[in-house]
Amino acid sequence: MKKFTQLNGIVAPLDRANVDTDMIIPKQFLKSIKRSGFGPNLFDELRYLDEGQPDQDCSGRPLNPEFVLNKSRYQGASILLARQNFGCGSSREHAPWALEDYGFRCVIAPGFADIFYNNCFKNGILPISLLDDDVDQLFNEVASLEGYQLAIDLDREVIVKPDGEEIAFSIDAFRRHCLINGLDDIGLTLEDESLIRSYEQKHIKKNPWLFGAIK
Amino acid sequence: MELDLTLRLSRSLHVLNEAKSMAAKTLYDKLWDAHLVKQRDDGSALIYIDRQLLHEVTSPQAFEGLRLAGRQPWRIDANLATPDHNVPTTSNERMAGIEGIVDTVSRIQVQTLDDNCREFGVQEFRMNDRRQGIVHVVGPEQGATLPGMTVVCGDSHTSTHGAFGALAHGIGTSEVEHVLTTQCLVTKKMQNMLVRVDGQLGDGVTAKDVVLAIIGEIGTAGGNGCAIEFGGDAIRSLSMEGRMTLCNMAIEAGARAGMVAVDEQTIEYVKGRPYAPKKDDWDKAVEAWQDLVSDEEAEFDRVVVLQGDKIIPQVTWGTSPEMVGPVDGIVPDPAKIKDETQSISTSRALEYMGLQAGQKITDIKLDRVFIGSCTNSRIEDLRAAANVVKGRKVSSSIKQALVVPGSGLIKEQAEREGLDKIFTDAGFEWREPGCSMCLAMNADKLGAGEHCASTSNRNFEGRQGFGGRTHLVSPAMAAAAAIKGHFVDVRELNREMN
Repeated sequence: MKKFTQLNGIVAPLDRANVDTDMIIPKQFLKSIKRSGFGPNLFDELRYLDEGQPDQDCSGRPLNPEFVLNKSRYQGASILLARQNFGCGSSREHAPWALEDYGFRCVIAPGFADIFYNNCFKNGILPISLLDDDVDQLFNEVASLEGYQLAIDLDREVIVKPDGEEIAFSIDAFRRHCLINGLDDIGLTLEDESLIRSYEQKHIKKNPWLFGAIK
Repeated sequence: MELDLTLRLSRSLHVLNEAKSMAAKTLYDKLWDAHLVKQRDDGSALIYIDRQLLHEVTSPQAFEGLRLAGRQPWRIDANLATPDHNVPTTSNERMAGIEGIVDTVSRIQVQTLDDNCREFGVQEFRMNDRRQGIVHVVGPEQGATLPGMTVVCGDSHTSTHGAFGALAHGIGTSEVEHVLTTQCLVTKKMQNMLVRVDGQLGDGVTAKDVVLAIIGEIGTAGGNGCAIEFGGDAIRSLSMEGRMTLCNMAIEAGARAGMVAVDEQTIEYVKGRPYAPKKDDWDKAVEAWQDLVSDEEAEFDRVVVLQGDKIIPQVTWGTSPEMVGPVDGIVPDPAKIKDETQSISTSRALEYMGLQAGQKITDIKLDRVFIGSCTNSRIEDLRAAANVVKGRKVSSSIKQALVVPGSGLIKEQAEREGLDKIFTDAGFEWREPGCSMCLAMNADKLGAGEHCASTSNRNFEGRQGFGGRTHLVSPAMAAAAAIKGHFVDVRELNREMN
């Protein structure tokens, strides 16, 4: 997993509440058996005017000029500014895969759906929850200044605005540690292998019917 | 000095924890405590997973991860797999097996699940096995889902299994790989939320109407960060199928997990299923399961109460499950909504759905009808729909009406009861089991602008096909809509019939 320590990037505003993972990456692209290559189909139905197909070359497809990511001022954005309950719906990890593949490393919103929030950390994406008022303020600032950038400092847990003003945020210590060091969860859990084994032994004794039924 | 303070602190923490463990617990607390392997200082924890269900869409990258790291699954017998999301549902396409799947990309994905299960030794019900079906239908049907278990699957509707007094929730693909390798999940304890539905439901009102009404009340983010326990007399009176419908849509209220306490009905349902405990184990298990209820004194972080007798059949009019109302209502007017974000979302939804503010719900005309999905494809759902359809015809204005049973075994049972005949006589298509038009990963989909009365769980933009317009309803309401060509209160249709 890619490490995340500091990020300076252009902010793209997606002014829409309850953005679901079907919208982030529509179902026809979930047929892939790979983890990569989803970027061109990120927000496919909002981004293009036609219906996208898997394995299609997207370079010639008609773009929706109204969609925020198609506007020249937001090209190269790596921070997505979003609204309440971002990432709701399906558990598909293809959603953070698509965001990451497109180039987003950070999503800022007043709130996230639980599964999506979790999935971000497994893919080097930092989801930041801020108060409604702070998010509103950011939407205003992004709109009024072309090329608006933010600096994200995960180590200090602050967002630094262009004028130097800082907004504090907070991330669970364990998740922060994994993200900063690019650590793989599985390796860390396996350090507790003997703990898991001893739990399992007690669990079998108490609930023998939970083991061995499916062969 | 510092050390002394740390010691004292840790001692008092210990005392505090002990006092807590003595205190009354919710069902969720009990399930959590029974599976806790390690509590980390920062609030995250390792919990042990008893059952992982696998399907073709969210597992290939997880198996690939295992292969790349040279790792083996921790415990093969904890896993059960079946393809469901993009299997075709027409018998012609199914008869030819995997080779016969017309869509190349779907075929590769289904084949990959077979290959992975064979390579790692995971039990799989393959596409044409009579036990194959939607993973959330198959688990309980086989007794692979049991009370007191922790159940995960790379699918958000895993909350379904909470109907058995289990802790069940959806996970991402990285977590699928994590559970395959370590039998544990890294997670954080959620908050306890109780949704109580008092009183009794009226005739023609189902679990689907209840859960839609709940989502309408608390919103799609209402349960974020929570595990919801559904309780109250109206819930206790629901069948296991109804409880599964209810818990299935907990995720649509933002809660990863939904659950219902164990009672006689739960035990009766599980008894004799292929993977259910047998003989002595059965008696021991039943005894252990008696404790899978919230203690009377248990405290919830949030409580929401609804009156069961006030709920009437529900229909969604928008592009989020919270955009829902009673069938006798009207489409809301965005201009009258004070909250700006909500007003904008509503007008955007009406534009997408092609509806007018103030329009009667019963005036919405349908193009297609879909009865199926992990929400409503069980035998009780098919019976309820068939009961409405019997002796009637699908309206000529309906382009297609589909019934897709949740599993091969449900299909067989329905055929034994003659339900297939009732549906096909009326003009419905009777299909092979799978997720089908719920998410349109196979060929079953809506055309742009088409309205569908659907028994599935999500009405998001494009969910059932590019530009498609989904209205979520119960199986009886979907059947009634098929007959009339527009929404109708199924209770009125029933009265007409009598």
